[in-house]
Amino acid sequence: MMEWILQMVPAWAEAHAPALMIILPLMAAPLCVFLPGQGRTAWLMTVVVTGLCLLLSLVLLAQVRSVEGGAIISYAMGGWAPPHGIEFRIDALNVLVLMLVSAIAFLTSIFGWPTVQAEINEQKRAMFFGAFLVCFMGLLGVTSTGDAFNLFVFLELSSIATYVLVALGSGRDRRALPAAINYLLMGTIGASFYVVGVGFLYASTGTLNMADLSLQLQDVGGNRAVQVGFAFILVGLGLKAAMFPLHQWLPNAYSYSPSFVTAFLAATATKVAIYALVRFLFSVFSLEYIFEGASLAMILAPMGIAAMLACSFQAIFQTDVRRTLAYSSVAQVGYMLLGISLGTAAGVSAGMFHLVNHALMKGALFMAVAGVVLTYQGTRIHDFTGLGRSAPWTMTAFAIAALSLIGVPLTAGFQSKFALVSALLDSGWWWAAMIVVFSSVLAVIYMGRILEAVFFRPPNNPQKRHKEAPLLLLLPLWVLALANIWVGISGSFVSGLADDAAAALFIGGVK
Amino acid sequence: MSQKTDHHVILRVVAKPLIPIIALFAFYVQFHGDYSPGGGFQAGVILAVAVILYSLIFGITPAMRAVPPVFTRSLAAIGFLLYGGVGVWALLMGGNYLDYDALFNEPPGGHDGQHYGILLIELGVLLAVAGSMLSIFYAFAGRVTEIKDEDW
Repeated sequence: MMEWILQMVPAWAEAHAPALMIILPLMAAPLCVFLPGQGRTAWLMTVVVTGLCLLLSLVLLAQVRSVEGGAIISYAMGGWAPPHGIEFRIDALNVLVLMLVSAIAFLTSIFGWPTVQAEINEQKRAMFFGAFLVCFMGLLGVTSTGDAFNLFVFLELSSIATYVLVALGSGRDRRALPAAINYLLMGTIGASFYVVGVGFLYASTGTLNMADLSLQLQDVGGNRAVQVGFAFILVGLGLKAAMFPLHQWLPNAYSYSPSFVTAFLAATATKVAIYALVRFLFSVFSLEYIFEGASLAMILAPMGIAAMLACSFQAIFQTDVRRTLAYSSVAQVGYMLLGISLGTAAGVSAGMFHLVNHALMKGALFMAVAGVVLTYQGTRIHDFTGLGRSAPWTMTAFAIAALSLIGVPLTAGFQSKFALVSALLDSGWWWAAMIVVFSSVLAVIYMGRILEAVFFRPPNNPQKRHKEAPLLLLLPLWVLALANIWVGISGSFVSGLADDAAAALFIGGVK
Repeated sequence: MSQKTDHHVILRVVAKPLIPIIALFAFYVQFHGDYSPGGGFQAGVILAVAVILYSLIFGITPAMRAVPPVFTRSLAAIGFLLYGGVGVWALLMGGNYLDYDALFNEPPGGHDGQHYGILLIELGVLLAVAGSMLSIFYAFAGRVTEIKDEDW
């Protein structure tokens, strides 16, 4: 299949694929201002652009996999050769994230129109899609750039667009405004920490290119300035990734933003930040530095475990479905961080595998919730009672994704949790493996509460019978739900990609 | 207009001639960007300041009549498209994205591409910054309180 893609695609698209992925949404975003039709044309363009980006990411994947062990594609922006110019660098690790982000963006933007129609003011719809495209472009940019400062620029681009998108939820719920301000303050602090960290690294090495940084850092060694830079970057990216004590912005931002935005962000934004963190931990810095090994074991692992436990408990006590899912997201970030903190190829691979699977399940769950918001205007668990009977298609997909979140066999969640537990046992962290299992039991409780209300209680309003979400929403929802089952039954494709990603970091990779 | 009767008349008379000078200075900064500190960002802000000063002394409504919000929004988008468009132009001419050298397919040693490339891009920055600045200003200044107590 990979060879087939490379044969089909014209040579120019192949050569410029890393740049084209950014340019398409970049140029489409300002065009949204001029498009007529109360946002409908802007929406169509968004679907086309995200679809093209998905195709381009497949082209990149085919290119990366065309070489044994994973090729590295380097693209010099403006024709300035790295390390002096800005380089886009695609390897097995970030092509996985690129594919994930563009696939989720494509699916969510298809399902987005009915919910945007219901939730966003008519004059703002075209601009809304413009902001979405900027956010999407920023996430792609963070993932594909090979320049530490350029990463900051893209990170801020995507974040600023995200604040706007979250704030636009105020049409449905006024609490979106404080949520957006809170996210803005926290996100800006995170980005500033990151840029200060990059500043320290630049002061010690004189370079901003990541591949060059990793070489220069070997000569500099782990002096104090490098350590401080490392700490700043860890905290900054940790904030963006909703690492445990820094996750306070996330539940409100996910609960009150428009349904479309929640589904997209939950599946992509924190994932991209985790990717950036992994990139810094393992390819810019390396495990040879003592401070890094210490911070993995003393910070990332305990924080991951704390997230798994504390946020799972918090999820149990929520009355709002979206908040339950948001707290669960923080807990799932904990799983990923725990896998990464092992510092082994198996651990990072399990973390990346869970990252992809979590995007699949949270995307599906939030899409299903968006369907309920659209038809029944409520997100409390109380509003969900009996929906298994009145909206069977939406809720079956919801149930599949919920089972996947719990980690029931034959679903994606089981595969990646199994990979995580095996990686933990390989490193002798049997106690952490037990905590993973215990945290999954907590997931049974918090998802079980919702599923029980949906399927085993009578509808609280019998008149609301058989009101299904529109087809435009059901299609992408079921694509994601079936993807959960597909990965669960034959997980070898995605886990193979995750293995390649981890291998790219540990064997050669950027160096 | 009640200009003749109100007590801001001195302020208005003094400030009004400054506006064209500020706008002119913006373009001075813009085109001097090649040789000295300056360029699109600074020029864009200065250009926006000319309109902001106008709205401070004559009120937001006349300013919005002179420079409508739709226009500022479009200006920002056009600037953005101009910047990105130069990159796409380079792409179409066979270079990498934003590779100014590729713009005119020059023989080696030619620098027209670099020269015009940066000029166009700075123009894009000028329009985008001025447009965004004014859009943000209008969004704040033209705002009416709409959050009621019971909304919280």
